Amino acid sequence: MSRNTEVFVIGGGPAGLSAAHVAAKLGAKTLLVDDSARVGGQLIKQTHRFFGSSNRDAGIRGITIADKLQQDIKDVAARLTVLENTAAVGFYHNKEAGILSQNAYERVTYQAAIVCTGATENSLTFENNDLPGIYGAGGVQTLMNVHGIRPGQKILMVGSGNIGLIVSYQLIQAGVEVVGLVEGMPTIGGYLVHASKIRRLGVPIHTSHTILKALGTDGVEGAVLCRVDEKFQPVPNTEFEIKCDCICLAVGLTPLIDLFQQAQCRMVHVGELGGLVPLHDSSMRTTNPDIFVAGDASGIEEATTAILAGRIAGARAYEAVHGKSAEADAIVAEAREELRTLRSGSTGERIRWGRERVLKEAGEC
Amino acid sequence: MLKNDGIITPEELAPVLPPPARLEKGPVAIIECLQDIPCDPCVSACPTKAIKMKEGITDKPLLDFDACTGCGLCIARCPGLAIFVINMKHTPGMAMVSMSHELLPVPEKGQEVTALDRAGKVLGKVKVVRVINPPAYDRTAVVTVEVPAGQVNNIRAIRV
Repeated sequence: MSRNTEVFVIGGGPAGLSAAHVAAKLGAKTLLVDDSARVGGQLIKQTHRFFGSSNRDAGIRGITIADKLQQDIKDVAARLTVLENTAAVGFYHNKEAGILSQNAYERVTYQAAIVCTGATENSLTFENNDLPGIYGAGGVQTLMNVHGIRPGQKILMVGSGNIGLIVSYQLIQAGVEVVGLVEGMPTIGGYLVHASKIRRLGVPIHTSHTILKALGTDGVEGAVLCRVDEKFQPVPNTEFEIKCDCICLAVGLTPLIDLFQQAQCRMVHVGELGGLVPLHDSSMRTTNPDIFVAGDASGIEEATTAILAGRIAGARAYEAVHGKSAEADAIVAEAREELRTLRSGSTGERIRWGRERVLKEAGEC
Repeated sequence: MLKNDGIITPEELAPVLPPPARLEKGPVAIIECLQDIPCDPCVSACPTKAIKMKEGITDKPLLDFDACTGCGLCIARCPGLAIFVINMKHTPGMAMVSMSHELLPVPEKGQEVTALDRAGKVLGKVKVVRVINPPAYDRTAVVTVEVPAGQVNNIRAIRV
């Protein structure tokens, strides 16, 4: 069997949903596939209130933003088909792709594709890091906030970025004791208000520390931590044990880029964006002119900027099929302005630098 | 220091504390948001426009203590749970602290709860004098506790 669409969106997280919504609303026949049972991406487990501008979802919980995006796509259902439990498994030449649902393989013919595959969680090397009870932070969030299952009773968090801080808070909300948070850098990586939130609920934050090994034989029974010096080397005789039945790793994300490589998009390594990303211009178009990108797959950021970049990609993909449109231009201009303000200031510095590098390499700016 | 362990030191807190003369006039907000982050819901939450950001969304909020009425509408709107309202004009020797509370159970008015400082250290039992938890707050309850006046800038969380 095969399907025919104008705009083909891969991934139903904040970027993909926004891209599909804009493309369909402007008038493109659009197909969105997502490999999970329910679209919404990471938003469906983000029970905390979002930061950002009150013009766009700040102060609202991620789960509520997911509901809003799901409602938005229902409003354009006449032109937008959504296939859940369906994975995009590869690109062919001649604007064709393969999709695999639970029991069927189909081909999709498209005119423009927007790839919003998101990211995968990084792991960390330490002794016994394969013991049962060691999770990625995203996995813990899925267990708790989607399926209502606690990962353990006493958990050690590794990583003080916003994910580590926020998931620690959500673990406390779920009734799990967070016995400590470990961070190799001398300072906390995420927003300090999130750190204060868990600190005042009694979670010790060990900056300039690392995990040396997990203890236990059939499962996690504890961990050995130690101080690290400025070069992140363990300081001898500073080891101490901490008891826990679970270790949660929140040590960053890496863009999920296999499809871009397979579609022969030129890739560039930008550490600030999480590793290899497809080179793209300010319209989110990759070096393969039929393929656009948005969200974490274009560089690790967060949901609000993913939504805005998705809107840009959706508008430009519509134009790639139907030609220039003033309405699309207006959507792009508005989204760019919002992105500019969200990425300004000192906390946006690394992202700004990374984004500028991608644009420079793409021959702009 | 805040950036190393998540605990705001008295020195770091000083610039956002209301002057003593303002405290005598009644409830006032303290915005413990000391980092330039892209976030601004507190600005639109304030009915008297007492919260401003000079450099736009990534600036720190700046509270005009005289314009602030201590109404507390900003408390539940802050995604960082970083806004508190203190009221020194209570019974002699006592003061009130209002804060966000997103843990179950939500306490009830009159209930005794455990007060915690910024490091999670227990500072004793305090009485809940008000709980506001309307649907519009979307599960962030605003809890007001009665505390010894000397602890008003130390108590920042409760355990029910």
